[in-house]
Amino acid sequence: MIGIVDFLVSFAIMASIYAIFSMGLNVHFGYTGLLNFGIAGFFAIGAYTSALFTAKMPTGALAAYVQQAFGLNMPFLLGVLFAAIFAGIVAVLVGLLTLRLSEGYLAISTIGIAETIRIIFNNERWLANGAQGLIGLKRPLSGIVAPQFYNYIYLLIVVIFLLLIYFALERGIRSPWGRVLRAIREDEIMAAADGKNVFHFKLQALALGAMVMGIGGALYAHYSAAIQPSVFEPLFGTFIIWTMLIVGGTGNNKGAILGAFIVWALWSWSTFAILKIVPVSFQTRAPYIRYVFIGLLLVVFTLTRPKGIIGEERQVSRF
Amino acid sequence: MVELIVYGIVLGSIIALGSVGLTLIWGITNVFNCAHGDQMTVGAYVTLLFAGIFSKIGPLQASVGPFSFSWGVLVSFIPSVVISIGLAVLMDRLVFRPLRRAGAHPMTGFIATIGVAWALRGLVYIIWGADFHFYAEGLRGMLFLPAGVKLRTDEIFIMIVAWGSVAGVYLFLGRTKAGKALRALADNPNLARVAGINTERMLLWAWGIAGALVALAGILYGIETQLRPEMGWIFLLALFAAVILGGQGSVTGALVGGLVMGIAQQVSTLFLMPTYKPAVAFIIMILVLIFRPKGIFGRGKAK
Amino acid sequence: MSILRVENVVSGYGSMTVLHGLSLEVEEGKIVTLLGPNGSGKTTLLRTIFGILSPKEGKVLYKGEDITGRQPERVAHTGMCYVPQEENIFSSMTVQENLEMGAFIRDDDIRPRMEEVFELFPDLTDRRGSRAGDLSGGMRQMLAIGRALMLNPEMVLLDEPSTGLAPFLVEQIFEKIKTLNQQGVTVLLVEQNAQALRCADRAYIIEGGEKKAEGTAQELINDEEIGKHYLGR
Repeated sequence: MIGIVDFLVSFAIMASIYAIFSMGLNVHFGYTGLLNFGIAGFFAIGAYTSALFTAKMPTGALAAYVQQAFGLNMPFLLGVLFAAIFAGIVAVLVGLLTLRLSEGYLAISTIGIAETIRIIFNNERWLANGAQGLIGLKRPLSGIVAPQFYNYIYLLIVVIFLLLIYFALERGIRSPWGRVLRAIREDEIMAAADGKNVFHFKLQALALGAMVMGIGGALYAHYSAAIQPSVFEPLFGTFIIWTMLIVGGTGNNKGAILGAFIVWALWSWSTFAILKIVPVSFQTRAPYIRYVFIGLLLVVFTLTRPKGIIGEERQVSRF
Repeated sequence: MVELIVYGIVLGSIIALGSVGLTLIWGITNVFNCAHGDQMTVGAYVTLLFAGIFSKIGPLQASVGPFSFSWGVLVSFIPSVVISIGLAVLMDRLVFRPLRRAGAHPMTGFIATIGVAWALRGLVYIIWGADFHFYAEGLRGMLFLPAGVKLRTDEIFIMIVAWGSVAGVYLFLGRTKAGKALRALADNPNLARVAGINTERMLLWAWGIAGALVALAGILYGIETQLRPEMGWIFLLALFAAVILGGQGSVTGALVGGLVMGIAQQVSTLFLMPTYKPAVAFIIMILVLIFRPKGIFGRGKAK
Repeated sequence: MSILRVENVVSGYGSMTVLHGLSLEVEEGKIVTLLGPNGSGKTTLLRTIFGILSPKEGKVLYKGEDITGRQPERVAHTGMCYVPQEENIFSSMTVQENLEMGAFIRDDDIRPRMEEVFELFPDLTDRRGSRAGDLSGGMRQMLAIGRALMLNPEMVLLDEPSTGLAPFLVEQIFEKIKTLNQQGVTVLLVEQNAQALRCADRAYIIEGGEKKAEGTAQELINDEEIGKHYLGR
């Protein structure tokens, strides 16, 4: 019994963290129509910023194995705050570089930028210990309960963040600012004709969504208490979140949360199911069945609602 | 430095080979096929599969000339190319065409191909597992060229196959009516239709070429390095960069872009760690997008 | 005998309607000019006729046959050809290849026809092997029209062939169009440039997706109201 509850709690934590990422993507894509395929980059920045701000500089024997650029030993909440801030700053830089590109090129550039961020963290050992990453990250409020119950506390923390972000974004989308974003998504040309500085709004949306993603990254870092660059790769750092948003329904935050839970459920429960069904000799490969599942899920969703995601082709030609 | 440029040309030739199909499809359908890299992976692994089968046959076990791999491997190129073409056409029928018919935005296709890429990679993992595989035990034959350049004989083979295929494609595109129509379609799809060129039929040719070349690129990459399920996905990033540098729909552009990427990546190891190579490709790509989005040979209007 | 009839066509892009029930008629062997300012729907009309856009309402009839909404690849077989305003050549291909592509759906020997096109546009002859994208504006327009002529069409739709050309080149193009017409090709010429009235037999004036005036070219040239409003006098 305890086992199932523990499993559900872990599941809910990850699903909630992914839900936060999805909401961030929803700001980018659902609201503003920005094709950000570099979520993993903001994820990484958020996670590493929080990690470095909250960790101590390694001393003594540990210093021989762990290198990091700095370690400010700040409390968890400040770590999350700075995670958001830094993610926002990186977003602004990325935006200045790429927002003027047409959407396909924006998409591809963001993939490149995220991969470059990951590669930098992987190679530059002095920054955050390179490929080995950082461990022993702070767990907020860990003194309150016995270690085996700690996840319950963390789930509470994550859910609080989830709800705060949800309500903040819902407020935001109904504000005049939010309406401009939606106008931009619908028809950028008309929004510009209305006198709106489209570029500035897009930049703001990019920064806001990135900050949300940065928070998600920080929450992930302190949950797993250890991070390495290999975590922030395109599959789990970007494309799975896109799948979540598409499955849940792009354009609204409830959909983002729902999609995250559904896809993460599929992902984690199918592992169990597979391991139960599949013979032992096959077990190392069985988890990859999920790749096929999720891949097909994505394809099926785009095919069944071909205009539901990005709408019509704006060009004249029709095949 | 010379060494690096030579290795860059070898790597670049493989990138170029893989990029041609990607740019053709992109030029005609406006959809960036993210599964292209994983199609390379499939091409490489299917060859492995057939090589395993053929290795049971005595005479096919011998190495081909001065190269590392056996005749069994070489013969396996054929079923691999055929299957790859079949896979490409299947992808078009099941994914690309329905989206075309529905008038979907090209980025929707982009997203769908990510799903396809994922699914293909999963299949490779399931069938062959995550370990590395090789076409041959050990390497054979080194050539010692001037300026301290050491080239494997296999790499000569790679160059021959890559550029031979490219030459074949050029002949097709330059000399045949279907080939020219394909170029026209990649150059200006709307005008091609206005001229009466049947897009669906020409697309089959495009997928055929893409399927064949991508399988060969995968096999050659497997010969050059090793086979692992992520090989195509990692390669895709270099293909992106090459195609964008070269310009949408331009075969010559893809070739130039591929060589530039290969050389740039290898030369970058002079002052950057080798693991930065993909980042090098990206930096170049982003610079191209910022300063000259249509690439070297791209169309008039940037897309 | 009208070779082309457009009846009450309502057409546009997605939810945006550009043509609001437009009708026109082109008689065989004539030059009909469609004049109108930017955004009036001229290009939309040509695209609708040639099947690039499907009208929401209305009909397009060519030689009596209903071709409404027929795909452009098939319309190309009817004897009608279309020269778009922009991106109207295969810029990465040579002049000769462009013409070859124009003749794609023909099975016979296209060399005689190609020579005829070079006769009509002699400036292109020396540039047979040049890359189309490298040509000057005027030559590109000529090539664009030449490409369409390779099929020996009965009728051509020309979308603002004078775009971006210096005045003397504009004159040249209109001369060539007249020559073409004398050879028996019906022309529907869409233009912003009022000069196009001079070579026309009949003309329509369109604005905001609606027909504002029609008549013989002479009538419209003489009409003062029209002159003020639409022809910038």
